[in-house]
Amino acid sequence: MLSLRGVSKRFAAVEALRSVDLDVGADELVVVLGPTGAGKTTLLRTIAGLEQPDAGTLSMDGRDLALLAPAERDVALVFQNFSLYPRWTVRQNMEFPLRAPGRSLTEAQIKERVEGAASMLKIGHLLERPSTRLSGGEMQRVAIGRAIVRRPRIFLLDEPLTNLDAKLRESLRVELVELRRALKTPMVFVTHDQAEALSTADRIVVLSQGRVLQTGTPEEVYRRPASPVVARQLGQPAINLLKAAREWAPAGVAEGTLVGIRPEDIAPEGGPLEGTVRVVEDMGPTKTLLVEWAGAEVHIVAPKGFAARPGDKVRPRVGAFVAWRSE
Amino acid sequence: MIELSKLEKTYPDGTRAVKGIDLSVTEGEFVVLLGPSGCGKTTTLRMIAGLELATGGTVRLGGQDVTRLRPSRRDVGMVFQFYALYPHMTVRQNIAFPLECVGAPDRDARVAEVAKRMGMEHLVALYPRQLSGGDQQRVALARSMVRRPRVWLMDEPLGTLDADQRQAMREFIRAQQIESKVTTIYVTHDQEEAMSLADRIVVMEAGVIAQIGTPAEVYDRPASLFVANFVGSPGMNLVREGDGTLGVRPEFVRVDPAGAIAGRVAMDEYLGSVRMIHVDTERGRIVMRSSEKRAAGESVRLSFDEGHVRRFDASGRAVC
Repeated sequence: MLSLRGVSKRFAAVEALRSVDLDVGADELVVVLGPTGAGKTTLLRTIAGLEQPDAGTLSMDGRDLALLAPAERDVALVFQNFSLYPRWTVRQNMEFPLRAPGRSLTEAQIKERVEGAASMLKIGHLLERPSTRLSGGEMQRVAIGRAIVRRPRIFLLDEPLTNLDAKLRESLRVELVELRRALKTPMVFVTHDQAEALSTADRIVVLSQGRVLQTGTPEEVYRRPASPVVARQLGQPAINLLKAAREWAPAGVAEGTLVGIRPEDIAPEGGPLEGTVRVVEDMGPTKTLLVEWAGAEVHIVAPKGFAARPGDKVRPRVGAFVAWRSE
Repeated sequence: MIELSKLEKTYPDGTRAVKGIDLSVTEGEFVVLLGPSGCGKTTTLRMIAGLELATGGTVRLGGQDVTRLRPSRRDVGMVFQFYALYPHMTVRQNIAFPLECVGAPDRDARVAEVAKRMGMEHLVALYPRQLSGGDQQRVALARSMVRRPRVWLMDEPLGTLDADQRQAMREFIRAQQIESKVTTIYVTHDQEEAMSLADRIVVMEAGVIAQIGTPAEVYDRPASLFVANFVGSPGMNLVREGDGTLGVRPEFVRVDPAGAIAGRVAMDEYLGSVRMIHVDTERGRIVMRSSEKRAAGESVRLSFDEGHVRRFDASGRAVC
């Protein structure tokens, strides 16, 4: 339904987007994952029509987007730094886009849409409250609500959860998935948070320095990263990257091959080579160990009951891994 | 080493940010103040630093009552979320800056020592703009340590770093603290940071202390419903039972054909190393930690690992 081909955008010396291809199916949630400066926001702004691409084409439902002004594209953008009108109630804030010139909705239709969106977002009880008397999470819901009432053809979300508390982010990301199911509208969700990407996406697009490095389902990108750079983008703690050595290399892996091993794929005991525990973090259901091993520092996720202190000796055993051919 | 006694902060508009808390931190301990925004954790830290004056109670550092002392007289090192290095000074000059003000004769030696211990000798001639975010924050940490303060205070120091750097900085801070043995108080809203860093966690809620304990105690035996939900990612499952509530962590829920609770899978939340299976049941939403995939819509029966069920009374306090 939304399709980008070879989209490039340059700002002075910076190539913000380099020949980006992207497809978002009807009903699909695509997450664009990348660090600060990867080009994520430029990508969304280009889809919204706020930036003009230097090269490439964008189309939606077969129509060339270049022919449509931002207002005609029927996209809804939700930003990280949302702003509500402070003097207005939640209801007034949510009605605002529906009262824009060119919309011809009856009062009854406006009421129905606002209340429908509010109940979906669980802010029905806040409708008459001034927007200055909301918590951060409530404000972000209202900002999303303001986008929903428009019933756009696509939602573009730019790090909408980033400024919120960790705990709130966790519950809002679950709500986001449920919301998307209820709305049946495609979404492009931009974030630098790998947990948000893995847990919400139908497909993840990994973006780095304006270039798409890999596109795939969360499991594909997590389990079979195309490159070490992609591998480092997903997983917390990050994947261990090591040059295979004879003393510990998994069967069939040539010495010197670059190997990526997820921390949960190394057991602390049972391997051939000894290592020394440096840091132990009690994470609740598991423990995270930082171990000096094989000439490197590796992270290991150990079971909750694994007793270890800094200085202890362990024998890491490698389970699943990814190996990349050297360039 | 640090004694807070009935410490209070009421702002002129009547807001009671901190409502009379007691806390005793021993020499060399790493204590994390954890809670949501507005719980009073930052205000508490600022009162220890002297950046806010208490409206009631006392702050004692090393036996001395410092409640009314200016920040510069308290011998504390502070690190904030925004590192605020001086852009026109080199890393060496930035680290040395706190010593300029007190005129320490062994200034150069102390800067060199801190730079060496923190592994940033190769950075000392650079300017802040030439450093990554993580290295800038390391310099801010070094600057706060160069005076060898009695107490190290940190307010969300990892706030602006990305995930990869956060893990590295967490390990760096912990290693530095273990080596220097300086008593540390660290403020965060991120329970994962708190679990990974603390000797003891102080969970705060609405200006009061909800629980004090080691990470394992707070995680395994939360004192109240608030702590049960706030600590853990996701928080404890909470199920009404009679007047009270049962609490069980997602890793102690399992699919069990003979289980007492029937439900339907609402969502399979993939997190890479693990999955969180969200199940809607007649007792509410229950989240199960799992390595197996589950299709949304699937009917399942669940049971809890009895040895790990917590019980809370009608007022939300743990009863066992």
